[in-house]
Amino acid sequence: MVEKIKDELLYDHNRDGIDRRGFLKCMAWAGTGALCVFQGGVLKSYSLSQTSQLRPEKAAGELSFVQISDSHMGFNKAANPDVARTLEAAVDKISGLGTPPAFILHTGDITHLSKPEEFDTVDQILSRATPKDVFFVPGEHDVLDDEGKEYRKRYQKASGGGSWYSFDSKGVHFIGLVNVLGLKAGGLGTLGPEQLEWMKKDVKHLKHSTPIVVFAHIPLWSVYPEWGWGTEDSAQALVYLKKFGSVTVLNGHIHQTMQKVEGHVTFHTAASTAFPQPQPGQADSPGPMKVPAEQLKSLLGITTVNYVRGQHALALVDSTLG
Amino acid sequence: MIGRRVSVAGLAVVVAIGLSLGWPCGTAKAQQEAPARVEVKIDNFRFGPGTLTVLVGTTVTWTNRDDMPHTVVSADGVFRSVVLDTDETFSFTFRNTGTFPYFCSLHPKMTGKVVVH
Repeated sequence: MVEKIKDELLYDHNRDGIDRRGFLKCMAWAGTGALCVFQGGVLKSYSLSQTSQLRPEKAAGELSFVQISDSHMGFNKAANPDVARTLEAAVDKISGLGTPPAFILHTGDITHLSKPEEFDTVDQILSRATPKDVFFVPGEHDVLDDEGKEYRKRYQKASGGGSWYSFDSKGVHFIGLVNVLGLKAGGLGTLGPEQLEWMKKDVKHLKHSTPIVVFAHIPLWSVYPEWGWGTEDSAQALVYLKKFGSVTVLNGHIHQTMQKVEGHVTFHTAASTAFPQPQPGQADSPGPMKVPAEQLKSLLGITTVNYVRGQHALALVDSTLG
Repeated sequence: MIGRRVSVAGLAVVVAIGLSLGWPCGTAKAQQEAPARVEVKIDNFRFGPGTLTVLVGTTVTWTNRDDMPHTVVSADGVFRSVVLDTDETFSFTFRNTGTFPYFCSLHPKMTGKVVVH
């Protein structure tokens, strides 16, 4: 039984086959992200603007963390001439939470052009957030130089091999995947056989009851392949996670919140802290969406979209900052 | 007898005219110089034109007019640009004939090709 708080947005992962009523709605306020709380192995999301109303013990749960994405430090075009300012707004939101999150997950496109000074600026801004630990995965904008030399220099977790890694926090197993390297002409995101093999081994000995959080930049589900919003070989990764009762997949890349539930797997994409992009098929291309300046924040608190392929129209839930 | 000679002469005239017009391709260089530069515009996550046909020796210049960075990467490893921000360019001179598919390595659904005669 899930207790409701006014404006609290919950997903109750019902595993007994009963038709689910509550969708995961990780709301993006100020284009910043969502507070995700694990309680009893169930991932619940709260909009950041509402978390001050939560009782600390409820907000604390067993584990709480924040997902942000697509800060695109260095972008300065019309869609948002000051992406540092909106990232700072995200940090202010995170720091203002009643219970500080344990850490931040950044699902990539940290920078716009992989430049050292862009990485530096993001590090500086994030260092002002209350959670001191930030875990990154790269976006395609972070690996423009020599297959991600600068990114790897700063954030390489693994001692060898690729930049993928895993860690545990309060009994939850986190897996950071890289699906933005070695992209092929006409293709989608790709994990590759070496990373998949690593992941298979990584989860092999975990108990089925371990909650799993996978995070990667490009969506690990088919959001809109026409715009490259998907990963070619993510199905194989999900096969390795079949035994687990609670799997949450956190992605970015599309600059809007979207969620999908498939069996025991919940997929969610975060908004960008930099600029919005159009909803699938709603524009000629997936580029930055320009709006009058006074409307920017209202679009950073983006529309959530539920896409069920081939069966339903896109279901929209608007969540805005201003 | 006369007819046959006339027809052979006629055929010779036709062939001569054909060669002077550059038929078959590449044999009459005087009339068919490769133009100095040919442009491909990158905009709205597309290469325009998507298929570009040029003569060998042509230098093709890609110009990024989009508000997002893109790259120009040969699918067969023949050429590769650095990342192009808005208004930046990349040029490549095609010294061999053939078909050269390419794509943007940031947005791999963006594809194009250059056909070189």
